[in-house]
Amino acid sequence: MIHAVILPILLPLVAAVAMLLRPAAGRPLAVLSVVAQVGLAAVLLGLAGDDAVRVYRLGDWPAPYGIVLVLDRLAAMMLAVTAVLGLAALLYAIGGNDREGRHFHPLFQMQLAGLNGAFLTGDVFNLFVFFEILLLASYGLLLHGGGAARARAGIGYVVLNLVGSALFLISLGLVYGTLGTLNLADIALVLPGVPVADQALVRTAAALMVAVFLLKAALLPLSFWLPHVYAAAGVPVAALFAVMTKVGVYALLRVEAIGFAGAPATSGLLQPWLPVLALLTIVAGTIGALAARRLAGVVANLVLVSTGTLLAAVAAGGATATAAALFYLPHTTLVTGGMFLLAGHLARGRGAMGDAIDNGPRVPGALLLGGAFLVLGVAATGVPPLSGFLAKVMVLQALGGTPLGPWLWAGILASGLVMALVLARAASAFFWEAGDAAPPGAPVPRRMVFALLLLAASGPVLALAAAPVAAYARAAAEQLHARQPYIEAVLGARPDVQRETRP
Amino acid sequence: MALVISMAVGLLAACGIYLLLRPRIFSVILGLTLLSYAVNALIFLGGRLGATAAPLALPGARGLSDPLPQALVLTAIVIGFGMTAYLVALALRARAETGTDHVDGADGPEGER
Repeated sequence: MIHAVILPILLPLVAAVAMLLRPAAGRPLAVLSVVAQVGLAAVLLGLAGDDAVRVYRLGDWPAPYGIVLVLDRLAAMMLAVTAVLGLAALLYAIGGNDREGRHFHPLFQMQLAGLNGAFLTGDVFNLFVFFEILLLASYGLLLHGGGAARARAGIGYVVLNLVGSALFLISLGLVYGTLGTLNLADIALVLPGVPVADQALVRTAAALMVAVFLLKAALLPLSFWLPHVYAAAGVPVAALFAVMTKVGVYALLRVEAIGFAGAPATSGLLQPWLPVLALLTIVAGTIGALAARRLAGVVANLVLVSTGTLLAAVAAGGATATAAALFYLPHTTLVTGGMFLLAGHLARGRGAMGDAIDNGPRVPGALLLGGAFLVLGVAATGVPPLSGFLAKVMVLQALGGTPLGPWLWAGILASGLVMALVLARAASAFFWEAGDAAPPGAPVPRRMVFALLLLAASGPVLALAAAPVAAYARAAAEQLHARQPYIEAVLGARPDVQRETRP
Repeated sequence: MALVISMAVGLLAACGIYLLLRPRIFSVILGLTLLSYAVNALIFLGGRLGATAAPLALPGARGLSDPLPQALVLTAIVIGFGMTAYLVALALRARAETGTDHVDGADGPEGER
């Protein structure tokens, strides 16, 4: 048992508590904690590379009675993506945004703790708990800086997520009432043998859980909250939120592949409606991007498109499609995060114009920002030669054989074209047709520029390192769909779980 | 007894959902509270109800009550309480910022109640 597995949760928790005790030390502690998390994620990524599934039993209680954390390739990858995005968002925030309100840094750390916990946990009740931790922190972060727009967006966001939590709890109550366990590996063992009388209830519970994950991931009928919440959030907060929809996708992938796969009670739960809704999400996100008047609004709709693309690949099922989704996921998370930071830089340079897509004053440092816009835009729309192109090719290849394949091909390619037009129009308004130079404001702190460059570099870096990243994604997908290594690591090779008989 | 509790869960959830769909934030908060009561009772039902089950595993005790749903409900209550408190604070702030208690932050054209 390696204690490093629990550190990604403990580290931000301890940092958050320390910051509450010593608010003056907020910034250095935050940087220290996030840099340590990046290092830790690299170590865990290396650990997970040997294909072993590492299980951490809290208090050494045996599963399924105790709480387990599970580190496999997929979890390590998600931790790494979160850590890098968190570092960039934090570096941007300490350029000044964190002083707009109180308690930015503790909330930021709690959000990271919740995210890391959701990726590591091995049972569905703790998945709920970590969801709540990251949501509570996100409520605070969304409101950070104040203003009527944020308060308005905040109410809808909080109420919607509280309803989502209630549905999640109903699902958990039904799962425990019928299966008698909440440990994911144990669910996988018990599920095939569910008595016929309970199958309808189990299927209902599974469907509710899937609905909750899709609410977090923002699939079409449950996605209307996303654009105005993300567009209203502060810049570093929106950048960090880029990974929040991916938590929903991750949870769906994990629970479906480990828990629900292969049991008659939950078979065919995602078909045939998930690919259709994924396609409609892509279309809705594209139309939303056309209609958006601010760059942050465009990027928020870009998040929708990426959710649709990811879920289309997840719905296709199988290791190949999952591998494509897992290659697409880090790329889209880091690039959309970078686009949010870019929108923040532009808004800062253009004064009262903000990031509205309209002719305004020339931004100071237009060459640098324009270059970052070009790289991020090329990566986001999937034009060669950057990571977006490779990721889209992998997703399209995986979708080719599915029933809705031609439609999804058309949708994804057309959406890429329209996105390219939208971003080109925005860029020409920002850089080409800009008027006189804006009155020089305060100089931009270097760390804010570094944060932008860090995320903008993800496009070229993921393209250059495409072979190892794709191989890792492939191995992660195969490990996930094999199921048996996960279940054996948690419960032992020959699970002998004592179960009480229920009335 | 399970039937009575089930009906109570259904009734609470129905009232909660009705209130959730109201336009004013106060009814929405009440609706969320009712919904979370329904959920807590439902989790309790998941552990099976029984008036004779022993709460402690003493020697010779038979038919132990399941402690896990109680722990789950406790967690859910604490989280739900915190969330509701936060939502009330947020509602007050939104009322101050936007000048209305409508959940959309603006009254409709008729200003319906």
